Amino acid sequence: MTDAIVLDQVSKAYDGVAVLQPTDLVIPRGQFVALVGGSGAGKTTLLKTLNGLVTPTGGQVRIDGAPTADLDGPTLRRRIGYVFQEVGLFPHLTVGENIGVVPTLLGWDAAKITARTAELLDLVALPRELATRRPANLSGGQRQRVGVARALAARPSILLMDEPFGALDSVTRVALADDVRRLHDQLSLTTVMVTHDIAEAVLLADRIVVMAGGRVIADNTPRALLAGHADPAVEALMQAPRRQAARMREIAGE
Amino acid sequence: MNSGLLSLLPERLAWHVVLSASALVLGLAVALPLGVLAARSPRLRWPALALAGLVQTIPSLALLALFYPLLLLLSNLAKAAFGHGFSALGFLPSLLALTLYSMLPILRNTVAGLTGVEPAVVEAARGVGMTDRQRLWRVELPLALPVIMAGVRTAAVWTIGAATLSTPVGQTSLGDYIFSGLQTENWAMVLTGCVASAGLALVVDQLLGLVERGAERRDRRVWGAGLAGLAIGLAVAVAPLAADLAPRPSSYVIGAKNFSEQYILAELMADRLEGQGARVTRKINLGSAVAYRALAAGEIDAYVDYSGTLWANVLGRTDNPGRAAVLDGLRTELKRRDGVVLLAPLGFENAYALAMRRDRAQALGIMTLADLAAKAPDLTMGGDLEFFSRPEWASVERTYGLRFKARRQFQPTFMYRALGSGEADVISAFSSDGRIAADGLVVLGDPKGALPPYDAVLLIAPGRAGDARLRKALAGLDGAITVEAMRAANFSVDRDDGKVSPAQAAKALAAGLKR
Repeated sequence: MTDAIVLDQVSKAYDGVAVLQPTDLVIPRGQFVALVGGSGAGKTTLLKTLNGLVTPTGGQVRIDGAPTADLDGPTLRRRIGYVFQEVGLFPHLTVGENIGVVPTLLGWDAAKITARTAELLDLVALPRELATRRPANLSGGQRQRVGVARALAARPSILLMDEPFGALDSVTRVALADDVRRLHDQLSLTTVMVTHDIAEAVLLADRIVVMAGGRVIADNTPRALLAGHADPAVEALMQAPRRQAARMREIAGE
Repeated sequence: MNSGLLSLLPERLAWHVVLSASALVLGLAVALPLGVLAARSPRLRWPALALAGLVQTIPSLALLALFYPLLLLLSNLAKAAFGHGFSALGFLPSLLALTLYSMLPILRNTVAGLTGVEPAVVEAARGVGMTDRQRLWRVELPLALPVIMAGVRTAAVWTIGAATLSTPVGQTSLGDYIFSGLQTENWAMVLTGCVASAGLALVVDQLLGLVERGAERRDRRVWGAGLAGLAIGLAVAVAPLAADLAPRPSSYVIGAKNFSEQYILAELMADRLEGQGARVTRKINLGSAVAYRALAAGEIDAYVDYSGTLWANVLGRTDNPGRAAVLDGLRTELKRRDGVVLLAPLGFENAYALAMRRDRAQALGIMTLADLAAKAPDLTMGGDLEFFSRPEWASVERTYGLRFKARRQFQPTFMYRALGSGEADVISAFSSDGRIAADGLVVLGDPKGALPPYDAVLLIAPGRAGDARLRKALAGLDGAITVEAMRAANFSVDRDDGKVSPAQAAKALAAGLKR
């Protein structure tokens, strides 16, 4: 079986300044990968090369075995779900129209879109009557659920998320993160999530890719990274979740 | 308000609406795509906005005036290249100037609306796989629509207001009321034009406001109602012109410059032509230089001009060989140059003359321009809007060595008032003006003959030179109008009390013609 995502020496420079060094990465189907690192680490740039929002300066990205350079951007992006921090719901469209936007672009018929919209509202645990509301009338958490539903509308096999929970309060955040992991498993997605929150990455992801200065400095399972790593920067990064885990065990053990 | 005023309203309103609506539609058609391009390309944005802003700084009257010579040039080029030109007068220059004028607010708001769309929404549109075109139509334009509509409203109000200025280039509009009313001091007429134009702007603004609100709320009924209101209003306003579009027997166009005497003489000519069973269109309030060119180009068929004006402005002569020699010279030269026929002098002069209040002239001992020269350094000279730039003024100034304390320019109506209130001591008057006798003014003598003769002459367009009906209609006017008769007619239109319309004055003048 071909891997879902393959990066082959992918790099990106703006005006000669490299933001992403030549990078190799292979993501098999069904994996939930977290890209972590500080700001300027190159993780968002890497994510955006996957759906063509950023065109690599060098190297090749292959999605399901096909080089992305062979496809035009819009066609590629309609096949890949995309969720980001600012959500970016279209304020002039209803919730239903927002969710149905990719199917509309793909030319689905109206009845099929309506049915799919209802199905997606159920899937992201939102009441169906929200379909006729405007995004302005929703809470932050509801809005991001609509954002997730919109990304999944055309049944993509790959879901990209750029700091999807960053703007939410912690209670909402945990609930939504759990739901996203559930959806990932239920729909057999391949998910790549950018986050700066290492604890979130540890709790959700199958695999953590740590980036710094435009390159990958660590790439392993959460368990392996918690156990220890040669790079002092990665070690420093893992301190917080280790302490949290120890404290949790201590409390649970009492 | 008298019913004569309102009888012309449907036609004037219709033309005003046609002109403003066409300019607005054309402005939208250019400014909207330009705005989209400018919003996408920062490199284009600055020059586009700067250029539109520059156009806006040109006074609207000047913008209209500038289009006439430009179009005339293009028309002559077209005539040379394809054998026939187009009318440089009236609708076309007005339309182009107003279109340019309407563009800035639409352009500016389109750019502001599109660049103001939230970056997150733009990224989402790209992220879900919209093409550039889909992003524009499905996301950016709908979100920018309220801002763009606000620009369209501003443009509509500006255009409707500025359209009143199309009168001097020969386009019928509500401005006809304002220009004619100002000239004849008929304030009810000026007010009619203002109220009609302002009312129109107000109604259009409200209806566009409805469209704007509907677009904002995405409520089809609201913006639909606004659009329906605009469409119905347009249809109703334009209906009076539909009758005019039907083919009709050959009609004559009589021209007039922008003062009372010209209105009266145009009515006189029109009456006589209509008496012959002809259809007549009147193009009044033409600029002084515009009128002759329009005649030479065949856009008007006949009008009255003055020998001295033609001598200096058309032939570019600065000498003064005497009244008869000037007439003879014009007759041959105008025919040779432009094919224009000088049919006949009407019998009176409307000369530029310097005039003072009789009591003031007597107190200072001034009877002639030579006497004036000695006192001029203590006096203020008032001229109409063109006098100081005319060769006659240069000639008088040079011949008598006139040096005034100050010079001021007035619209003619206010020039006479200024003499009364002492804001001017001497003015450039017209010898056939009824106000000379009525205001107790004295015309200063010209012993050195510095001012050329100004015989009123009938001019006919080249294409009408052999037109028997026109010649027959105008035949009886040869030398038939005395300066006293013309003064009386002019005064009947200009006075404050018992004012009559130019058409009524023309009838009275016709009744008293010399046989």
